[in-house]
Amino acid sequence: MSAAPGQQAAISVRDVSRDFTAGQQTIRVLHSIDLDVAPGELTYLVGESGSGKTTLISIMCGILWPTEGSVEVFGTPIYGLSDDDLVRFRLENIGFIFQQYNLIPAINAASNAAVPLIARGMDRQEARERAVAMMEKLNIANQADKLPNQLSGGQQQRVAIARALVHEPRLVVCDEPTAALDATSGRRVMDLLRDVALAEDRACIIVTHDNRIFDLADRILVLEDGRITHDGQSMPEDH
Amino acid sequence: MNWIAIRMLTGDAQKFYGLLFGIAFSTLLITQQLTIFVNLLERGSSGVYNVSSADVWVMDPVSRTTEVAYPMPSTALDKVRGVAGVAWAVPHIRASASVRTGSGELEGVSVVGVDDATLIGLPKGMVEGAPQVLSEPDSVIIDDVGATRMFPDESPIGQRLELNDQRAVIRGIADAIPSFTSQVTLYTKYSRALNYVPGTRNRLSFVLVGKAQDVSPEELVERIESQTGLRARTRDEFARDGVDFIIENTGIPLNFGITVALGFIVGVAIVGLTFSLFIRDNIKQFGALKAIGVTNGTIRRMVAVQAGMVGFIGYGLGVVGTVLFILGFSGNPTFKGFYIPWQVPLVSLVAIVVIIALTGWLALRSVMKTEPAAVFR
Ligand SMILES: Nc1ncnc2c1ncn2[C@@H]1O[C@H](COP(=O)(O)OP(=O)(O)OP(=O)(O)O)[C@@H](O)[C@H]1O
Ligand SMILES: [Mg+2]
Repeated sequence: MSAAPGQQAAISVRDVSRDFTAGQQTIRVLHSIDLDVAPGELTYLVGESGSGKTTLISIMCGILWPTEGSVEVFGTPIYGLSDDDLVRFRLENIGFIFQQYNLIPAINAASNAAVPLIARGMDRQEARERAVAMMEKLNIANQADKLPNQLSGGQQQRVAIARALVHEPRLVVCDEPTAALDATSGRRVMDLLRDVALAEDRACIIVTHDNRIFDLADRILVLEDGRITHDGQSMPEDH
Repeated sequence: MNWIAIRMLTGDAQKFYGLLFGIAFSTLLITQQLTIFVNLLERGSSGVYNVSSADVWVMDPVSRTTEVAYPMPSTALDKVRGVAGVAWAVPHIRASASVRTGSGELEGVSVVGVDDATLIGLPKGMVEGAPQVLSEPDSVIIDDVGATRMFPDESPIGQRLELNDQRAVIRGIADAIPSFTSQVTLYTKYSRALNYVPGTRNRLSFVLVGKAQDVSPEELVERIESQTGLRARTRDEFARDGVDFIIENTGIPLNFGITVALGFIVGVAIVGLTFSLFIRDNIKQFGALKAIGVTNGTIRRMVAVQAGMVGFIGYGLGVVGTVLFILGFSGNPTFKGFYIPWQVPLVSLVAIVVIIALTGWLALRSVMKTEPAAVFR
């Protein structure tokens, strides 16, 4: 399922390849990927370890340059931007959920969730209020004043999600968001993402191994050795 | 974002205090050592500044400092008095002697003979007694720091000394800047000093000159030199000569230089290591910030704020520490008159700025090298 005619794709990846050099050797990790992601869909990227999922998602969200090919996010050819413009583009348009959360240990949960707003130059107090409002949707507003190390893994995850969503980005990318969570929490996170991150003009891409949540996807892409080998609403039979 | 940078820094209390300690320690070491160094050096000029009324010092051409002087024939005095622009000229003698105290101990002292009539050559202030006590028989005045050295537990006033086998009685204490070696100094009248200092034919060490109003010290120096063939120096030149003599003839500059360099190196080491550890601990967070959308410029500013804050507070602590040190020892005669010249904190500030810039730059390199894509690994 790619973008319908006339409708702008959230992400369009054209002929993207990526090489890594390890010592003398150059290894091609992605081979001429062509891909459109439509807005309003929860899209999964699955595949074996080393198949190139993280590499692809990094290229799609503007933090890793492709060796060849081009990427447009909501119509902007992001790798044509200057370095600083690309950084600003990410700040305006993209929310990140990292597997290791990467919260700042020295500031409380609300401030952590407010980072994208503070980075945009918003007043700290206002940014924190907005962050707490987002945390309310995620059911952790009562933890707003705690430091990250006073929170459980699942709570930290939700703070990280609040940080990814607080500035209402049009694209949310997550690498293994449920890997550290039990089955129920994992499903709840996915429900949250669907509720909060998806709308008509938004998109959400999730890299995952986690077969417990495969049934929640709108679209599943399977990556094998740097090539997309399956594209459908559910997982292929042989997986 | 600066707020976040500061919280990141202070949030890691251990490293934060480590950094402060490193900077404060460096500052203290550099400031304190330079202060002592400068003050010690300035004591090379104490002999000159103790006689503040003399505008020009006249001496034998080979004499170098107040302590290193070759005696002149007494006719030199009249020659100097004959030069136009000399308002007054008085004889001055400086020599070393040995003294036997009442308790029988032997001590090397310097004897200063001042003009009999005017008493020019004495330090300006007295701690005890008046300059006129020199008119009493066998009278000498001791310098204050020397007095505490020679008579730690009793009053020096009235003490009898055997000065090169001559009788001397201490009748006053002068408020004097100690000499570089803190040697005991005994002031007495010129005529009596001639008795105390055993006889070579020439014993006049210096002629102290006051200038007339219409002549500059430099000009007077030239006139005296060309008309008498003697060496003449203005007060400030001669003070400088005393300092230069110490610089050239002692290991002091080297020793202090080494300590200051050590302070600098220890600062670079402690601060550099701790700061790069701090940055390494936070590299993931910096990477996340870069991915989320914080520009390199902002990241640079954050690291600069962190380094700057450590430097600023640490430097302040170090300077306060030095001030406390100097205050704490101000009662000790060895440190009499010690002060912190304004250039010294400036020098240590420059050293700290270099340390901070160096470590900040190193730390920044690792942050800049971190690709945002690393956050997904
Ligand atoms: N920075 C890099 N330098 C060199 N090789 C890299 C780099 N990043 C990834 N690779 C290589 O590219 C290939 C794909 O890596 P990628 O991280 O995209 O896989 P993945 O599908 O996300 O795997 P996993 O499920 O284990 O996270 C791997 O063989 C990996 O070793
Ligand atoms: Mg991966």
